[in-house]
Amino acid sequence: MPYPVEQNEKFASYANPERLVSTEWLAAALAGGALADGKLVVVESDEDVLLYETGHIPGAVKIDWHTDLNDEVTRDYVDGSAFAALAASKGISRDTTVVIYGDKSNWWAAYALWVFTLFGHEDVRLLDGGRDKWIAEGRELTTDSSQPEVGEYPVVERNDAPIRAFKDDVLAHLGKPLIDVRSPEEYTGQRTHMPAYPEEGALRGGHIPTAASVPWAKAAAEDGTYRTRDELEALYLGEAGLKTGDDVVAYCRIGERSSHTWFALKYLLGFETVRNYDGSWTEWGNAVRVPIAKGAERGSVPADLVRK
Amino acid sequence: MSTYTLPAALAEIVDDFQALTEPDRLQLLLEFSRGLPELPERLKDHPELLEQVVECQSPLFLTIESEKNSDGEGERIYRLFFKAPQEAPTTRGFAGVLHEGLDGLTAAEILAVPDDMPELLGLTRAITPLRMRGMTAMLGRIKRKVAAAQRLSKTAH
Repeated sequence: MPYPVEQNEKFASYANPERLVSTEWLAAALAGGALADGKLVVVESDEDVLLYETGHIPGAVKIDWHTDLNDEVTRDYVDGSAFAALAASKGISRDTTVVIYGDKSNWWAAYALWVFTLFGHEDVRLLDGGRDKWIAEGRELTTDSSQPEVGEYPVVERNDAPIRAFKDDVLAHLGKPLIDVRSPEEYTGQRTHMPAYPEEGALRGGHIPTAASVPWAKAAAEDGTYRTRDELEALYLGEAGLKTGDDVVAYCRIGERSSHTWFALKYLLGFETVRNYDGSWTEWGNAVRVPIAKGAERGSVPADLVRK
Repeated sequence: MSTYTLPAALAEIVDDFQALTEPDRLQLLLEFSRGLPELPERLKDHPELLEQVVECQSPLFLTIESEKNSDGEGERIYRLFFKAPQEAPTTRGFAGVLHEGLDGLTAAEILAVPDDMPELLGLTRAITPLRMRGMTAMLGRIKRKVAAAQRLSKTAH
């Protein structure tokens, strides 16, 4: 039985209001003892591997994108049995409602949510505004470690195809909409890494030909919450030129910022087919015989790659 | 790589990290982040005296100062000062390691620290390559500043 869905005016206008909860909702649920029976589990997922330890929402467990969700040997996400073991150890069962939050307007939280979705976890939601909003509102934090009762999680094979694109999928996709969520400097090729972040070794700067530039942060308001449906429509349907029903691929540098955009397109605007290309610029920028476009223009699909 | 070129305090920290399992290493790094001293008042009021290490994923500022040895003779020693936000515990933690390991040493001792010393902490799996590079850059910046200060003090004498 999933946990009741939050009802409010802002969320109601989204395509899938059940994918978000507000800080008020979560605080009330926690005060009501929601964590006691394992039906609801709160997960913190941050960029900084130690941030959770400095203080977290009482009862929240930590999942680290780098150490918990990646398989360093296969350069892939963990497999079904590793995910089942991870989830169970965090008190998560297959029917648990999972609420994820994190730093930086939920970049890594959205990324973790996307990985949960690769495993078909049904009820996984984002805390709108994430860690920063919770703290800004002066809500409770603790450094007490959470000791959840072990959950029961079946081994489910990952189903990548519906929401994950690989390089070859993107090559085959050329001609259909792509959203590049990196900074304008990364898009034009002026730089190959995020402002204030170190050089990460992409050989070429630029973007995937035809991709529209919509930096991820445009989907977030000042307080880190998602913008309203009208604002998101103005951004993605208006400025970026997407049309209802489009098949869309989003990418960034390693797939974390684009998870934030993937969430907006998929659950807030209701695009059926949205895939996150997690190889992103780190792969594309270095790949052999793969075309790029430089400058502010979107560019066009090279003739030999135009689908017949 | 061995730890023989490391100053004693830093070598001890490296040994402490290496004796632990990965989760405990992270816990130790967290303790270093808590132990990083605040800036003295004179630097707090003058942020322009600190330099940002842009390779770090979180804002990290540092500077060095040289002073006479406690007995007033021999080589000058170097003091290290760091500023990093509380919400960047990994960055703070590494600054804490460098502070405890290098503060108050001579230029020769600091310059002898191998550039890849951060890798000795055994955190390369738990911490992303990007962050490891930030740590290496922090050490590099300190060494460059110490080398420059040493050259200046030599020409002055």
